[in-house]
Amino acid sequence: MSEDMAVKADDTDALLRAILHDVLGLAPAQIAWFDTDTGLFGALPELDSMAVVGLLTEMEDRLGIVIEDDEVDGELLETYGNLVAFAEAKRA
Amino acid sequence: MKIRVWPCPGKDGPGEEFALTAGPEDAQAVLIVPALFEEANRTRRLLAQTMRRLAAHGIASVLPDLPGCNESVAPLECQDVASWRAAMAAAAQHFGTSRVLCLRGGAILAPPALPGWWLEPLGGSAALRHLVRARIVASKEAGLPEKSDALMARGRKSGLELAGYRLSAAMIRDLEGSDLPPPSPAVALLALADVRGSALWLRSEPGEDAGMAEALAATIAPVMA
Repeated sequence: MSEDMAVKADDTDALLRAILHDVLGLAPAQIAWFDTDTGLFGALPELDSMAVVGLLTEMEDRLGIVIEDDEVDGELLETYGNLVAFAEAKRA
Repeated sequence: MKIRVWPCPGKDGPGEEFALTAGPEDAQAVLIVPALFEEANRTRRLLAQTMRRLAAHGIASVLPDLPGCNESVAPLECQDVASWRAAMAAAAQHFGTSRVLCLRGGAILAPPALPGWWLEPLGGSAALRHLVRARIVASKEAGLPEKSDALMARGRKSGLELAGYRLSAAMIRDLEGSDLPPPSPAVALLALADVRGSALWLRSEPGEDAGMAEALAATIAPVMA
């Protein structure tokens, strides 16, 4: 991984944590514990289908990406790691 | 705080709607136009707290129901953006409000003559996109995936139920065509950072933010006084 990409990846992770804080109202301390295996949809009661919408919309606005309807599936939101990988691929 | 009734124009003649009011009755009043649909529920407590804080500053405020929403008995499926704009104009006239605070999508309904504040405004087309996406996420979960293009085509023709809201074809077309108007110089745009706030409208559970309510009231009160 080049240095540029590493910097961008760090940025994506931090932005995603900030978005999860704003959308789900989770304490920053709880979000700080998220790792790639942390379960999201189905694991966090705060993340219902309306919250998914807020999450996707904020990701579009703050990460400067466009998410198509058919990209939103169970796998994308299964774990925090999947969400970060998706966002990084979109921003690349 | 009091619930008061105000005369509201409707398609079948004049009707009545409710408004939450606070503050001294002989004071200058600010009209508060709520956020749209689900976002209204998530931010009602914020607005009520802001009204209490405004009253503590000696400022009156009026939060009318959009016809078809909250306590309104008017059918939502008979409303469109024009009927909501007419309703907000009627409320402004009835209560003699001199300024307006709009939250999120409420900005597209603001009576154009009133100066005031737009907090994190959102265009009608973006509000509609949120609702369509909510339906697509829910239908995918239910194993019956839908496409937004097909949904929108159906909605423009015969209306749609989105996130539990039954929207008329006219409402769908109106929202789709109502981007955020360029704010007049008399409108101050407020971002979350300006009121040290949190994006309560994004949360799946209604929350509260007392600091944000006070910051909003403190922004509005000196201008109204």
